[in-house]
Amino acid sequence: MNERREFLKGAIVFFPAAGVLAALAREVAGREAPAKDAGAKDAPKPYTPADHFYGMGIEIDKCIGCNLCAVACKAENRVPDEPFYFRTWVERYTIMRDGEVIVENISLGPQKETMADAREVVRTFFVPKLCNQCQNPPCVQVCPVNATFTTPDGAVIVDETRCIGCRYCIQACPYGARYLHPATRTADKCTFCYQRIVKGLQPACVEVCPTQARIFGDLKSRASRLVRFKRMNKIHVLKPQLNTEPKVYYAQLDGEVR
Amino acid sequence: MRIPEQVHRLAIVLAIVIGGTLLTRFVIIPRSLVSTELHWAQTTQREATRPLKFAGSTACQDCHEDVAAKKAKSFHRVLACEGCHTPSIKHAEDPSAAKPTVLRERKLCATCHAYDPSRPTGFPQINVTAHNPLKACVTCHNPHDPVPPKVPKECAACHAQIERAKAVSSHALLTCTTCHKAPERHKTAPRTALPSKPDSRDFCGACHGQGAAGAPKEAPKVDLSTHGARNLCWECHYPHLPEGRS
Ligand code: HEC
Ligand code: HEC
Ligand code: HEC
Ligand code: HEC
Ligand code: HEC
Ligand code: HEC
Ligand code: HEC
Ligand code: HEC
Repeated sequence: MNERREFLKGAIVFFPAAGVLAALAREVAGREAPAKDAGAKDAPKPYTPADHFYGMGIEIDKCIGCNLCAVACKAENRVPDEPFYFRTWVERYTIMRDGEVIVENISLGPQKETMADAREVVRTFFVPKLCNQCQNPPCVQVCPVNATFTTPDGAVIVDETRCIGCRYCIQACPYGARYLHPATRTADKCTFCYQRIVKGLQPACVEVCPTQARIFGDLKSRASRLVRFKRMNKIHVLKPQLNTEPKVYYAQLDGEVR
Repeated sequence: MRIPEQVHRLAIVLAIVIGGTLLTRFVIIPRSLVSTELHWAQTTQREATRPLKFAGSTACQDCHEDVAAKKAKSFHRVLACEGCHTPSIKHAEDPSAAKPTVLRERKLCATCHAYDPSRPTGFPQINVTAHNPLKACVTCHNPHDPVPPKVPKECAACHAQIERAKAVSSHALLTCTTCHKAPERHKTAPRTALPSKPDSRDFCGACHGQGAAGAPKEAPKVDLSTHGARNLCWECHYPHLPEGRS
């Protein structure tokens, strides 16, 4: 009987000790956990991410290829100036009579004269590109350290303190929308200008677009311009066969665009 | 039955190990490291509180009512102020702290209006090298309300083609009567009273000759004695659309 007493004694000491530890842990966590709506202090009503689900519409026929979106994006998000780091960029598509499709990133700077090509051009137009903020994002699936994830309001973002810079996600993205930031050595990408949208502002690229070729909106709000845009136009997404379920919707998208 | 001493000790060691593990797991390791939910919440929060650069489309109108009102009715109504004036949140918060840039160069307008075959048809485009090549766009177009300037219709009623050519030339700002003395009757019975036409190299030389007194500063100068010396100026330059540079 002695041993049972011993055991009970041990248990009496152990379980309360575990309880105290758990309480301590919760207390520490409470100190670390950000108040869910701290950003709402200065805003009139608190921002609740779960009430929103954002996407973007792009109307190809309106894009004039002025590149202001790519420039504004770099300014707003401190993307390096070197002309090969982009969160958003604009491509020029030129479709030749013989079927060849020439794609050129005009955001890379002064363009070379592809137009001097003697062959007959059938069509030529601009296609703005950015992260498609997929609902089924391959980049998130491959991250070995859970550093990238989708916010409740539908933006795929990266935790730069946790990212180990392994580039899996950059490889996995079928749209080439990620790059390795040369200063932090971590993956960087479009966040829909998260700092702006939580304050009710438009992403910088949408802000500066002179022809409203880009439309930003909330898919959960039936009155949003994006929902109307989706209703009024025949919508395509890039690489639908990959089943990534992009939330960047293109109108008047040509079949040649990849 | 008596528990052997070894088992007793083992139990203590085990308790310490378990306790230590629990302590490390719940107290020493910050929760953000183990709780995915918490670490995501923190990242989201960090993204949400990044500093802004663009003040946004509604930030300028309170202080710049006149510009905003004019722009709102113009062809440029959709353009963001900060698209042309660069991101200006610092200025909007405190106008004396920072000034937005004001670009008056032609390249600002050319980013959108230079002819480009990939641009949608119908978007107003110009040939930048031919459309008044020597002047800033803003001398003729108000950037906040860029209607093409009214060209005086007087002579254009009958000489529309010349008028149009001149309107986009470097002589755009010269009136017809600078170079042609037109009698009033020319407008009613044109053939009975023809206007004068320049008849000598010196006429153009008054503005373009090197060292000519009172010549406009912006008119490029040539040496009259050597420049195309044996010909009249308009044998080489069409006076209504003079080209001197390519
Ligand atoms: C709080 C009032 C206020 C707001 C908001 C404001 N401005 Fe201004 N802005 C001023 C004042 C005052 C001046 C004149 C400063 C001076 O001349 O010393 C000025 C001057 C300017 C100038 C001329 C600078 C120059 O060098 O002549 C530009 C361009 C301008 N603002 C653009 C903007 C834009 C774009 C926004 C919106 C992002 C904006 N402002 C928002 C008050 C404001
Ligand atoms: C198409 C590009 C463009 C847009 C869009 C634009 N501006 Fe300007 N803005 C200019 C240029 C160019 C000048 C210089 C005009 C000059 O020197 O004649 C200027 C001048 C100014 C000035 C200096 C004072 C003046 O009138 O000369 C202010 C203030 C100003 N802009 C405010 C604004 C505000 C506010 C908006 C948005 C409502 C805006 N601008 C939108 C191009 C633009
Ligand atoms: C960011 C792109 C952008 C910039 C920069 C810009 N514009 Fe525009 N401009 C537009 C758009 C968009 C329209 C409207 C086109 C339409 O109605 O289809 C327009 C219309 C015009 C028109 C009217 C054309 C017509 O249909 O008769 C003129 C003139 C004009 N702009 C001149 C200028 C001048 C001068 C500047 C430089 C100060 C300038 N623009 C800078 C985008 C731009
Ligand atoms: C000397 C005056 C002058 C200057 C400088 C000038 N323009 Fe014009 N612009 C005009 C006139 C006049 C028209 C109308 C011509 C016509 O209707 O054929 C016009 C028409 C336009 C149009 C409308 C064309 C269309 O197809 O509807 C645009 C766009 C334009 N200008 C842009 C610019 C830009 C950009 C610059 C600077 C790179 C510039 N302008 C410089 C006088 C000028
Ligand atoms: C009612 C229509 C009309 C108006 C208005 C008019 N013109 Fe004429 N202009 C004519 C006709 C017709 C001719 C003769 C063309 C011909 O003989 O081939 C002519 C000829 C001319 C000539 C050529 C003379 C020559 O010797 O070859 C000049 C220069 C001229 N006009 C300048 C002007 C100027 C400057 C104005 C505005 C002050 C003007 N015109 C207004 C109809 C007009
Ligand atoms: C820079 C001076 C200058 C200006 C400004 C000018 N002209 Fe002329 N114009 C001439 C000269 C020089 C000739 C003679 C060309 C020749 O004899 O070949 C001429 C010839 C003409 C002629 C007859 C020959 C032709 O080209 O058809 C007409 C008509 C005419 N001008 C009309 C006009 C009108 C209308 C305007 C205003 C829109 C105007 N001119 C503005 C210098 C000018
Ligand atoms: C034999 C043909 C010819 C004649 C005659 C002629 N020019 Fe020129 N001019 C040219 C050519 C070619 C250019 C191109 C610039 C260069 O390389 O010299 C030019 C350029 C110019 C320029 C631009 C210079 C610059 O620095 O941008 C002006 C101004 C000019 N000419 C005025 C005149 C005047 C005024 C007359 C009459 C006194 C005249 N030209 C007679 C052929 C001629
Ligand atoms: C009243 C003064 C005046 C007279 C007279 C005049 N010009 Fe000019 N011309 C100018 C000015 C001013 C410019 C430059 C405009 C600018 O910088 O925007 C110019 C520009 C030119 C250019 C350069 C165009 C270019 O794109 O490089 C040529 C060539 C020229 N003029 C030829 C002539 C000829 C030929 C005559 C005589 C028929 C003549 N000009 C008469 C004022 C004049």
